[in-house]
This record gives sequence, C-alpha cells and structure tokens, in this order.
Amino acid sequence: MASGTAPVRRARPLRTEQIILFRCSNQIFAISSASVQEVRSVDSLAGAASEVNESSIGKVRHALRRGERSIYVVNTALHFGLKPSPPALIFLLRKSRVALLIDGIEKMTTMTRLQALPASLCHEERIWYRGLTVLEQNVLPVVSPEGFLTSEELNFLDATTGTQLNSDAKLDSEMRVAP
Amino acid sequence: MSWNEQADSCSCVLLRLGERRFALAADQVAELVPPSRIFRFPHRTPEIDGVILRRGRTVPVCDLAEKLIGKRLTSRRFYLIAMRSYGTVKETVALPVSGECELIRADLTPAGPSDSPHVAAWLSHDGEVIEVLNLAALTPGIDPAPQMPSVESMPGARA
Repeated sequence: MASGTAPVRRARPLRTEQIILFRCSNQIFAISSASVQEVRSVDSLAGAASEVNESSIGKVRHALRRGERSIYVVNTALHFGLKPSPPALIFLLRKSRVALLIDGIEKMTTMTRLQALPASLCHEERIWYRGLTVLEQNVLPVVSPEGFLTSEELNFLDATTGTQLNSDAKLDSEMRVAP
Repeated sequence: MSWNEQADSCSCVLLRLGERRFALAADQVAELVPPSRIFRFPHRTPEIDGVILRRGRTVPVCDLAEKLIGKRLTSRRFYLIAMRSYGTVKETVALPVSGECELIRADLTPAGPSDSPHVAAWLSHDGEVIEVLNLAALTPGIDPAPQMPSVESMPGARA
C-alpha cells in the first residue's frame, strides 16, 4: 500500500568529468583524464621505441613494445593536420594501443557539459572528437581516444612492424651467432 | 488580404552578401546577431569556419559567400542564425552577412529543373529577382542534401 507521502525528489547531481587540457601546435584540446594511463617525457622514447618506417601512415613514426603488443606513437599535430611542433610529452592511453605526442599540458580541470559536434561538421572530425566543451568562455574540442588510429590502420601497422620487428630479431640472433 | 493571397505569399528574410541580395524563408531564421569571437579547431569540413557561442551553445559558422558570390566576405556585419534540418533534427548555423536583413512578404516561384540546387525558389522585390536559398544544398551535413527541393518544402511557393 502506498504511503501518503510524496516521494522526495532530489536534485540530480551534476555529472562532471575530469579532463586534461593539452597543447599541440598552439591548439588546445581536451581529453578525459580517465583515458590517460601514463604521461611520459619524449626522452623516454630513446632506446625504448622502435622506428616505424611506414610512409602511408606518416603520423606514426615510433612503436613501443609492451609484452606481445605494439603501442603506436601518434604525432598529434600531424593527426590533426597542424603545423608540426617539437613534442615534449607522451600520453599513453588507457586500454588502447595508442600513445600521443603532445607539446605540453595546460591544466587539469572538470567539464560539466559535453556538447555534440554540430551536424554540419561531417568529415573525419566526427571520429576525432567526442564533442565540444565550453570552459571559461572558450570552446574546446574533446578528443576521442579511439579516433587516432582506426582498427584498419592498427592492423596495417601490426603487419608492417611485426615483419620489421621479426626481421630485426632475426638479424639480432644472426648477429649473435656470427663470430 | 484574401486567403488565397496569404497562401501564395511567404515571409522571407532578405540578406546581403557583398553587393547581392538573397532570401531565406523566415521560418528558417532564428535571429540576427552581431559578430562575436569565432572559435577554431582542426576539422576537415572546409565550409565551416569555426563555431561561435550563443547562450552557451556552440553554433557552427558557415560562410555562404564563396559559393554564392564567388568570394569570401571581407567584412562581416552580422551573423544570421538560421535553422538547418538534418532529417528530423534541426540545428542552428551562423551565416555571416554583410548588411542588415529585412523581413518581407513576397510571392514565391518555385525553382525549375535548370536552377542550381541551392535555389529553393525565386521572389521579386523592389524590381529585383532574388534567389530564395535552399540551406540543405548550401551547408554541409551528415544527411545528403536533396538535389532539387520540392515545392512543398517551401511554404507559399506556387508553380
């Protein structure tokens, strides 16, 4: 039996999301903090990364080996068609095989509203961005971590770098065997 | 004014791009606003300059001048905020214009098969024949723009 009292309606808590504002070739982007697993200096690439010489995907020049998997380092400026600038940091993305070369971190903040990308923006940007957010009267694109490399590109890079890494390993073993 | 006359005429907003005037059906126009800061970010839709902020919402800016008069506007006096349909969804788009706009009532003549897709109809005003624009053919969008707008899509249009 229903009680006579009306259900108490609580104000819905404001949904927020922690984001990192990062700079790339003088353009500010936002990415969900939850998508970033690690932030490293580009110096850490030296020695740890192998070169990727696949000219058809020019934005990927390095791969990091993590166990059995390769993580591909995407030059964010090239990905967005911006003027290349010297990157200082790498974002290793969570649950992803992508790392991003970026110029620097602006700040960490919170967004309360993610606006859908206007329907008139109808090309690759729909894959690049989750949407737009407004922070302090500025409009910032919120990048989609899945938008940097398609599964086809990942497969292609796997096929290419797999061959390359295997031949490197073979060369290494041959070099070890040789007197 | 008789009912027939009312049915045959349509409210339109006249807008100026450089030296030329065009028209939009008034029910597709939301407001006329002064130029404000345009926010640019990387994208691959060349028709879109960026976005402006209106009441906390982002509105894409689409300069029609290049398509309609062959050159970009050197000075933008206002943004005409128009409603663009994407299937059942309507979104605002900011159209830079180079002068003040005028609301008129005019008889429309539907576009013919030889007219460009961007012409939804024609109207005559002050001795000038003016194109009534088909926004779906002029502005980019996810759903393809119809090649020829039907007469029914322009209320008040008559053959």
